[in-house]
Amino acid sequence: MLGLEKKDATLLLVVIALALAAPILLNPFPTESAMAQFNAGYPDLMQKFAIYGIFAIGFNILFGLTGYLSFGHAAFLGVGSYSAVWMFKLLSMNVIPALVLAVLVSSLFALVIGYISLRRSGIYFSILTLAFAQMSFNLAYSVLTPITNGETGLQLSLDDPRILGISQTADGGIPLTSLFGLAMRDSVAVKLGGWSFEFSVGYYVCAILMLVCFYLAMRIFRSPFGLMLRAVKTNQTRLNYTGLNSRPYTLAAFVISGMYAGLAGGLLAAMDPLAGAERMQWTASGEVVLMTILGGAGTLFGPVLGAGFIKYFENIFSKINDSVLQNWFGFLPDGVENVVLWVVEHFVGPGWHLTLGLLFMLVVIFLPGGLMEGGQRIAGLLRGKRKSGGDGGGDDPEYHPGQTPHVAE
Amino acid sequence: MGILEVKGVNKRFGGLQALGDVNLSVTENSVHAIIGPNGAGKSTLLNCLVGKLIPDTGSVMFNGQSVLGRKPHEINQMGISRVFQTPEIFGDLTVLENVLIPCFARRDGAFSMHAFETVGQERDMLDEAMQMLEDMNMADKRDMHAASMSRGDKRRLEMAMCLVQQPRLLLLDEPTAGMSRADTNNTIELLKQIKGKRDITMAIIEHDMHVVFSLADRITVLAQGSPLVEDTPENIKGHPKVREAYLGESA
Repeated sequence: MLGLEKKDATLLLVVIALALAAPILLNPFPTESAMAQFNAGYPDLMQKFAIYGIFAIGFNILFGLTGYLSFGHAAFLGVGSYSAVWMFKLLSMNVIPALVLAVLVSSLFALVIGYISLRRSGIYFSILTLAFAQMSFNLAYSVLTPITNGETGLQLSLDDPRILGISQTADGGIPLTSLFGLAMRDSVAVKLGGWSFEFSVGYYVCAILMLVCFYLAMRIFRSPFGLMLRAVKTNQTRLNYTGLNSRPYTLAAFVISGMYAGLAGGLLAAMDPLAGAERMQWTASGEVVLMTILGGAGTLFGPVLGAGFIKYFENIFSKINDSVLQNWFGFLPDGVENVVLWVVEHFVGPGWHLTLGLLFMLVVIFLPGGLMEGGQRIAGLLRGKRKSGGDGGGDDPEYHPGQTPHVAE
Repeated sequence: MGILEVKGVNKRFGGLQALGDVNLSVTENSVHAIIGPNGAGKSTLLNCLVGKLIPDTGSVMFNGQSVLGRKPHEINQMGISRVFQTPEIFGDLTVLENVLIPCFARRDGAFSMHAFETVGQERDMLDEAMQMLEDMNMADKRDMHAASMSRGDKRRLEMAMCLVQQPRLLLLDEPTAGMSRADTNNTIELLKQIKGKRDITMAIIEHDMHVVFSLADRITVLAQGSPLVEDTPENIKGHPKVREAYLGESA
């Protein structure tokens, strides 16, 4: 199917099914139940899953395949957002031209930054990309204020020209971002028993683009080009002495991943038309590294999983506050309750980073292949019960025996 | 006129004259060995041939074209493949993938964006790679993780990767360094087989006299960065200057 081998086609179908049914799958608890706060099936969060999924899939093409660890990919995310917002201001509120411009501008940025940074490898490459990203951040934050609107961030206003659209709606508001008239914010809520499912236009636009990106990444992974990228990671000396020039390969991977990041940034702006410099900060660059490693660098689905995990923690764990905790542990005797509350409150709410950090440490120490490796081990155990003697990996193309260094030497 | 012509090559590292006026001519379809004691400049000379080092003066012509100033991948595309002292292979990839990469390099050149075909659809390339693995008696290891193989197999794989490119000149940098006598003999056999099956020119840098005398058609002896003698193995064996270089003046 679609030029994919059977195993990949199955994975693609599973991912398509998951993405399309996400509004239902992520809302397993009835609206009125106490567990409803763990539901992730609301448009705002699901959009983030899909958008950061795109970001991480693209990052993985660079990091997972070539081993070049970029610490500046948030710059492309930010550039994508600014480009998209400018398109909304100048041309129209349709998301298509905005996304096209976001991808184009970020690819140009990636070409320049990649061309310079890829003169070095390993830690020096990482530092160069970090330096570029911080420069971009500072440019956006102060120097280029006329373009980026500095620390306030770039926003839409009522007197924007919008040549192909309208400056303001009939009732004097700012028009909404849309896809040929279908507003991103539109949604249909379906009530079913105690459950309520919300199907939003914005989410499905993000999800479909994420699926396209996933499919393209799959093709790259399985192509001769992808093979060369993996060869870059394992032995550049041999690659050069085999008549291959590693520089254009790494640059191509860098630009492709920059375009993915630009698309993600453009989508962020399409869902919520504003762009701020903080989107380019180094913490945002670090986040995509965490997502990729947490999910499993070099695997196809890992980065999407990692992105989902981190965004889920960020949005759900951070919302658990003291009164919620008191509800949960109210049945305990007072003294015990206070102790338990004191311990747990550090791991939720604003302390969600602590939980994430612990999770990340556990994964890196015990599952160097990320959550995907965990999944494979469980699958291997289950399979091992049925036909004993199998060695876990078997014929799985994703199975990498031994530990491979994450960073290109 | 040989396929590889080295003329008047000098290379200096600070105060050390690593190569002094080296002249060398490798005839097509012959096996030319370059021997010499430690520090004689064998590796420096080899690195000048593959683009890793650029000589201070002199010329290196391959097949009528200068290789000086070209990058390693460009020199490889001209038809020179290199086997390293410790096998350089793609450890994280499978054996078959290791051999596929040089196949693609020969067909598509130094860079190509075949990002939308799957490797599995490239029947010609797969057939070619499999044929090479069969020639090297490695077909059963095709799906093995290359890093998990024995050292002897890694050496075989590296040679397969070089040979599948059908190079005009194969450079071997101490192909038996650190090997047991049995492994050394296997390598000699392998190289003899390769030589018997196809037209290929080989230049071998070697320490081990046994290997050199079993394979070489011609031998150049380097000492202190300069060629001492160049002759057939029979004549080299008894040459007084060679004995002197290897065993010291008193011998």
